[in-house]
Amino acid sequence: MKPKSILLKQRGVLPGFGLTMGFTIFYLSMVILIPISMIFIKTASMSWDQFVGAVTSPRAMAAYYLSFTASFIAAMINGIFGIIVAWVLERYNFPGKRIIDGLLDLPFALPTAVAGITLTAIYSSNGWFGQYLEAIGIKAAYSPLGVVIVLTFVGLPFVVRTLQPVLHDFDKEMEDAAASLGANRWQTFTKVILPELLPALLTGFVLAFARGLGEYGSVIFIAGNMPMRTEITPLLIMIKLEQFDYAGASAIAAVFLLASFTLLLLINLLQRRKNLVRA
Amino acid sequence: MKFKKTVLTALAVILALGLAHSALAQKEITLLNVSYDPTREFYQEFNATFVKYWAEKTGQTVTIRQSHGGSGKQARAVIDGLEADVVSLALAYDVDAIARGELISEKWQSRLPDNSSPYFSTIVFLVRKGNPKNIKDWDDLIKPGVSVITPNPKTSGGARWNYLAAWGFALKRWGDEAKAKDFVAALFKNVPILDTGARGSTTTFVERGIGDVLLAWENEALLAINTLGKDKFEIVIPSLSILAEPPVSVVDAVVDRRGTREVADAYLRYLYTEEGQILAGKHYHRPRLESVAAKYEGQFPKVNLFTIDQLLGGWPEAQKKHFGDGGIFDQLYQPNK
Amino acid sequence: MGKLSMPMNTTIAARATLNAGIGGGQESKLFRWALIAIATAFLGLFLFAPIIAVFAKALEKGLSVYFSAITEPDAQAAIRLTILTAAITVPLNLCFGVAAAWAITKFDFFGKNLLITLIDIPFSVSPVISGMIFVLLFGAQSLLGPFLTAHNIKIIFAVPGIVLATIFVTSPFIARELIPVMQAQGSEEEQAAISLGASGWQIFWRVTLPNIKWGLLYGVILCNARAMGEFGAVSVVSGHIRGLTNTMPLHVEILYNEFQFVAAFSVASLLTILALVTLAAKNFVQKKSRQRFITSPVEGIDYSGVQL
Repeated sequence: MKPKSILLKQRGVLPGFGLTMGFTIFYLSMVILIPISMIFIKTASMSWDQFVGAVTSPRAMAAYYLSFTASFIAAMINGIFGIIVAWVLERYNFPGKRIIDGLLDLPFALPTAVAGITLTAIYSSNGWFGQYLEAIGIKAAYSPLGVVIVLTFVGLPFVVRTLQPVLHDFDKEMEDAAASLGANRWQTFTKVILPELLPALLTGFVLAFARGLGEYGSVIFIAGNMPMRTEITPLLIMIKLEQFDYAGASAIAAVFLLASFTLLLLINLLQRRKNLVRA
Repeated sequence: MKFKKTVLTALAVILALGLAHSALAQKEITLLNVSYDPTREFYQEFNATFVKYWAEKTGQTVTIRQSHGGSGKQARAVIDGLEADVVSLALAYDVDAIARGELISEKWQSRLPDNSSPYFSTIVFLVRKGNPKNIKDWDDLIKPGVSVITPNPKTSGGARWNYLAAWGFALKRWGDEAKAKDFVAALFKNVPILDTGARGSTTTFVERGIGDVLLAWENEALLAINTLGKDKFEIVIPSLSILAEPPVSVVDAVVDRRGTREVADAYLRYLYTEEGQILAGKHYHRPRLESVAAKYEGQFPKVNLFTIDQLLGGWPEAQKKHFGDGGIFDQLYQPNK
Repeated sequence: MGKLSMPMNTTIAARATLNAGIGGGQESKLFRWALIAIATAFLGLFLFAPIIAVFAKALEKGLSVYFSAITEPDAQAAIRLTILTAAITVPLNLCFGVAAAWAITKFDFFGKNLLITLIDIPFSVSPVISGMIFVLLFGAQSLLGPFLTAHNIKIIFAVPGIVLATIFVTSPFIARELIPVMQAQGSEEEQAAISLGASGWQIFWRVTLPNIKWGLLYGVILCNARAMGEFGAVSVVSGHIRGLTNTMPLHVEILYNEFQFVAAFSVASLLTILALVTLAAKNFVQKKSRQRFITSPVEGIDYSGVQL
């Protein structure tokens, strides 16, 4: 952070504050703030009992439960495999490494509808992988497992991309020191390397989790959308909208928004902690 | 401030482009037909035929757009501003709802022949080949272990016909509303998934392989059989079903504003001509015109039908009693794990 | 506040030297290859199989079916609408991003952190909610509804609604890329220019822009990808009129629901190509600028705190 005096001086020197600030505020209000406030305005039109009834109905509770557990499991999978992938990409050389590294961000760039129909095609009972899973009695598509699969896909890059730079900058001398003190490789990893990775791992995990929570496009194709069983919260909002129950949709959306904002806050806190640790 | 100028110029250009775009769009005649789910294939072909007919008759080129979804959802979209010139929905109540929104004249149903429904249909069962659960009639649907697929009556017109057909069957069989309520409650206990539209349910049953029996429009069931394979599914006709009359209407407020009344009206009337009726029959809707109906006789088995007026006192009453907020359907349907 | 003050310029070159030093690690060869096998198997299941599957399904019935699926009028209309949406969205968000980054990084003012958080909001909002807010605002049943109907202004279930929802969803991308880049750059050069008598516009054009052009381009690439691929938000406001208000992702859904799987995957393959081109462009910009940008993810969350 620069000393405040310099920054304050700048306002007098550089032009354009009024224009850029004015435009920014105007645009933010028109495009973001006014529209999003509609959720809360609409929700406020309900009585307290109606609100509680809408957000705690068994169907809504089942939807929150699925959204949270599926996102959590998917983030766990991404956490575990993310460590391996990041490790392999940063520490080893093998053919195809650069292609993998380049394509890793695909889940960010691929439209979610495409991801949805494709993963459904692969994991449904007559798909490439689905048929083998079916043979051993596992139903992948149109079950909660399907939700986990697509959420694993959409959250895949987060952990890898947060871990890579930390692994990269990791001080090899500490590893060598541990080894010279008699630690074996596994001990070195769990006692020396992993603690250093932990803040980044946690950040990647929460990012993947938050991403999974809001996901809609890819999930609706694979989930089967059965009420109480495979209906995620964004889909329930959509169904309420289609029934033109705007107030009910807004109520659930408001609850969901608060959850996402909390996660956003958590991510920022983690980030600050991580920066402190690294500083 | 040059930057400001550039930004403003950019905005102006975008605005101008937008206006030019809409001005261009207004030059040609377009019609938007907002329809329910299982009419996609029918209207696709019908539109092409009508466009040709209209060009020959008047020399005008008309472009017809389609939007499909659950009937109730589509009606609400029209009320909410989806600019439909004509609606062709699954049931009269949904058109009534638009009429109550003051977009359609209250007398719409008497403006065209046959209650404004140029074709009719009914509800049948689609089961997997060989009928492994041996489903013959409505009362087989409430047996334990039978999984029934039907869309959500709150959003889908077909689903409301399904529900009322079941209700009517129970009422006729036991002659008692309480029994009918129990029957329909038991039926919905066997429903694992409610899609928003009939097409979604068909996909669930046919593609996803969920469920033992699909309650479907006859036209949707025939379409599924004929496009996806006679070796996979078969149709079961229940002992009693409902006469389903999907109505059509011009949306007065929209056609008057857009100046499309003449072509919209001609479009709907063309549904009643021989060409229109043949296409309806071809896409498995039962034609009204005797001559065409005779031609498709082999396709449509005889079904014992009751009407909504006979057993349920007409649409407004049925809608309010069964599908309103807190209505019988809300009381009955408690989705379970 | 740590977010803005982080160093941004780990150069590729520096990474390369580091890489050379690291070598192969100390694990046994067997273990190393086992890990590589696990990693590639995981990515194979979740990353490569889908890419291959899109093209395999699209080309299942041969090239001519593929081409007729993507040249059919409704598909063409969807492609045009997708391009139109991006063509309106990206420039507007570009103006917004530049203005916001300029205000935030060149001046000090009360509530700066709040402003940054507000810019981030769309990242943390589920796409369905992003779409529904515009229905609540402009639908016929809303406060504005009667006015809009009376003046024959169509927003919801028409192109303006699609554009608005897309602008909302993609508004943070460019701002989020530029803020850290301009922060790291500081304003010394601009101040030098102004002491030499340059006008504000000259400073931006000659001094600031050359410094931030790669960051800008990076943001534009990501913004464009999301604008073209957005599904949930657009699905709520579209009305699904074939040939009129269907974007490519919505067209994919409709085809899929009509059992036209080959056609659905054909249009999906175009979007996949777009995604691959986006990744290639992104990697190119990263390489060219010798910087690692904040890999802003395409959806759902503020990723900018991640230090790269």
